[in-house]
Amino acid sequence: MTTSVDYNDLASQLQGQFGQGFTPAEDYVEVPCAFIAKAAEYMKNTLGFDYLGMVTAADYADHFEVIYQLQSIKTNSSALLKVRCPKDKPFVPSLANLWLGASLQEREVYDLFGIEFTEHPHLKRIVLWDGFKGYPLRKDFKGKAYGASD
Amino acid sequence: MNWSLSPDWPGNFWLRLIIIAVVIIAYVMSSVIMFIWMERRVIARFQSRLGPNRAGPFGLLQAFADTVKILTKEDIIPTLADKLLFWIAPAIAFVPTLMIMAVIPLMNGLQLADLNVGVLYIAAVSAIASIGVFLSGMAGNNKYSLVGAIREIAQLISFEIPMVLAIAGLVIASGSMSVSGIIEAQNIPFILVQPLGFMIFIVAILAEINRTPFDLVEADSELTCGFNTEYSGMKFALLYLTEYSEAVVGSALIATFFLGGWRGPLLPGILWFAIKMFASFMFILWLRGTLPRLRIDQSMRLAWKGLLPLAFVNLFIIGLKSVFLPDLSLWISVPAYILISLILVMLWAMFMRKERQSFGG
Amino acid sequence: MALATEQFILNIGPLHPSTHGVFRMRVTLDGEIIQDVEPVFGYLHRGLEKLCEKHTYKQNIPLTDRLDYVSAINNNWPYVAAVEKLAGIQVPQRAEFMRVIMGELQRIASHLLAVGSLMNDMGIFYTAFMYMFREREKIIDLLEMVTGQRLLYNYMRFGGVSMDFPTEFLPALADFLKIMPGYLDEYDTMLADNEILLSRTKGVGVLSAAAAIDASTSGPMLRGSGVKWDLRKDSPYSVYDRFEFDVPVGQNGDCYDRYRVRMEEMRQSLRIIHQAVEQLPAGSEKTSVPLRLRPAKGEVYTQIEAPRGILGCYLVSDGTEKPYRCHFRAPALINLTVLRNLLIGQKLADAIIIFGSIDISMGEVDR
Repeated sequence: MTTSVDYNDLASQLQGQFGQGFTPAEDYVEVPCAFIAKAAEYMKNTLGFDYLGMVTAADYADHFEVIYQLQSIKTNSSALLKVRCPKDKPFVPSLANLWLGASLQEREVYDLFGIEFTEHPHLKRIVLWDGFKGYPLRKDFKGKAYGASD
Repeated sequence: MNWSLSPDWPGNFWLRLIIIAVVIIAYVMSSVIMFIWMERRVIARFQSRLGPNRAGPFGLLQAFADTVKILTKEDIIPTLADKLLFWIAPAIAFVPTLMIMAVIPLMNGLQLADLNVGVLYIAAVSAIASIGVFLSGMAGNNKYSLVGAIREIAQLISFEIPMVLAIAGLVIASGSMSVSGIIEAQNIPFILVQPLGFMIFIVAILAEINRTPFDLVEADSELTCGFNTEYSGMKFALLYLTEYSEAVVGSALIATFFLGGWRGPLLPGILWFAIKMFASFMFILWLRGTLPRLRIDQSMRLAWKGLLPLAFVNLFIIGLKSVFLPDLSLWISVPAYILISLILVMLWAMFMRKERQSFGG
Repeated sequence: MALATEQFILNIGPLHPSTHGVFRMRVTLDGEIIQDVEPVFGYLHRGLEKLCEKHTYKQNIPLTDRLDYVSAINNNWPYVAAVEKLAGIQVPQRAEFMRVIMGELQRIASHLLAVGSLMNDMGIFYTAFMYMFREREKIIDLLEMVTGQRLLYNYMRFGGVSMDFPTEFLPALADFLKIMPGYLDEYDTMLADNEILLSRTKGVGVLSAAAAIDASTSGPMLRGSGVKWDLRKDSPYSVYDRFEFDVPVGQNGDCYDRYRVRMEEMRQSLRIIHQAVEQLPAGSEKTSVPLRLRPAKGEVYTQIEAPRGILGCYLVSDGTEKPYRCHFRAPALINLTVLRNLLIGQKLADAIIIFGSIDISMGEVDR
């Protein structure tokens, strides 16, 4: 049975490695935006989380959240990480250089939310066409179907 | 044949030519229509479905319905296509098949031209049809067709040599290069006397007429029709006709060279010829219903590493037999050669399988 | 003197007989060898995730069907499981078993289509394709008996399933379970030792285990490369821990192994359905749930093992009757990450085979 890691334990480990800012919650650990790539690398190489399950994002009133799910196939455990980034400067370090599986999912998040992943090898729109203006999954997106005139 | 108004009429020669030409063209066209029907119904039964059954009883008039449809379609020529080649290529592809049928006897003496180098003529003309296919692929200014055309030439060259070598074995055994001479020498059909040559010839002729498992030239699922992607209307009808008349010619060649042509007891010659031709085509259809297709490098590997050495060995054995043991009784030579062929084919199959594993496919 | 050659770019798709759905690959070819691949997605993007935010929870269930339209029943599952977790809804035992039976039947149908299309891509090999579709028709008839639909079933509900089995379903299912192993043996007779099939799939498109884990592949692609990771065994959801079944695993990670894994998985699914039918308890088929459900505020991520891989649903609820954010982790999109690496250096004819063995469904990839 897949066990979730003890998030308090995980937060303190990451804190010991990288410093302050790692807040545990009941279901996830919140990682400061600048440290996500380093923390993921630490979890992959040292803690044995070799499988990146999911990358997605959500749009809240005052910030974006990017959610990662990591899994360890050997120890059959999973961990959920969250990163908050401000709406005016949506830049998050990319995990595509650690896991190839992150590349298409991060492109999708960029396409639909506008969050830019720095150091992504090939960041461009994936499901929408290249000239599309706007980011549809944001809550303030005004498209034709949502009453916009353009 | 003496169909004449009077024995000395100078027009006898031309009358005979015209009548036989009409008979051959009628035979080829009706065979093509029957083959189209057979292909669609028999393959459908292989695939546990019905096949066309609306146009006429048992779908027999389907070919006519298709012809009417194709002829009423707009004839589109791509803007950047090479106009001259685009126009001529289907004709270049179709005419050689009729030319080959000119030297094949449908019945005793019912042959348009009894060339005494008939075999050489067949080998030469059969290559021209493939050139027509290649030109039609090139002329359309379409990358898919170009890939199909490239594959076609590679396959043509690879399989031409084993085919000719297999026929050379027949020439040695029958002592003449004319087609009627080969038929006359078949007191028992050559399929029993030269089984190895038969196997090589069948594989090579399948590749020459672009049928499964060698139909990568017009691979439907990869190249969306290959060389005839850009064609529509009458030109497409001509290319479609070419595909089936090549099948007719391929079956006719198998029937002539290895099954004894028009010879057979009781029934008239042309009926035996038709039966043998249809039996060969049924075998070809059976292969189509059962086998997937090879990749171009795999089919070329089969030709150069598999068929070519076997064809040389076949020629060598036949040559040795005709020089040193010309009077060996058929009761001994036929089973002996069948046994030798089976052993050789099994050895080569093991060799090719090791090749495949070492290459990783 | 070397011959001057030129590379050219070929567009495979979006309208093409063998890209399963509308998918486009811009392939740079040098003769017949592929130099570069650029996959272009998005031809079937319908904005599913944004639509989910506009509808109530129950109205989203038919939308989830349209994700992977080839195996539709499995798509409802992570979504309803996520909502049940958030809202604390209990599912009766009978409903869990019914979900398993329908899900496994759908898995067999989906694998039949996957393998049949792969055979079709190998050379108008309609024979194998039509035979497999004959069996898929039988399964679809069974599913139609229960749900009334043939392709997009809209079967699961919060707290169970929408309808109970009719009386003629279980005897028909028992008949099907009796004849299906014979048909699977027939496929093996026709295909497993076919020389041409072996030479076209063995050693083609090899994906090593490390590369598969790195690229987050899942499902038969991951298991074909030798990694034994199946959510039904390693993280059992619903009632899968009560069944005994094996997880087939390949060795080399080539197309042949992925094809064998799918064939074996069909047999294992038959075993699971057998055991589920034997253990099927009596009871109701769903607990009653308010029409406009308002789950508690929170977020949850559930995963199930769909035929194409791990299908997950990340659901954020803000206490209202519409989801705040609903994301579907699509296995087909993530499995396509390796497409470029697998294709470079192969021949064009292999590209179609490799693409067919990844087994995608465009509804999932584009959502």
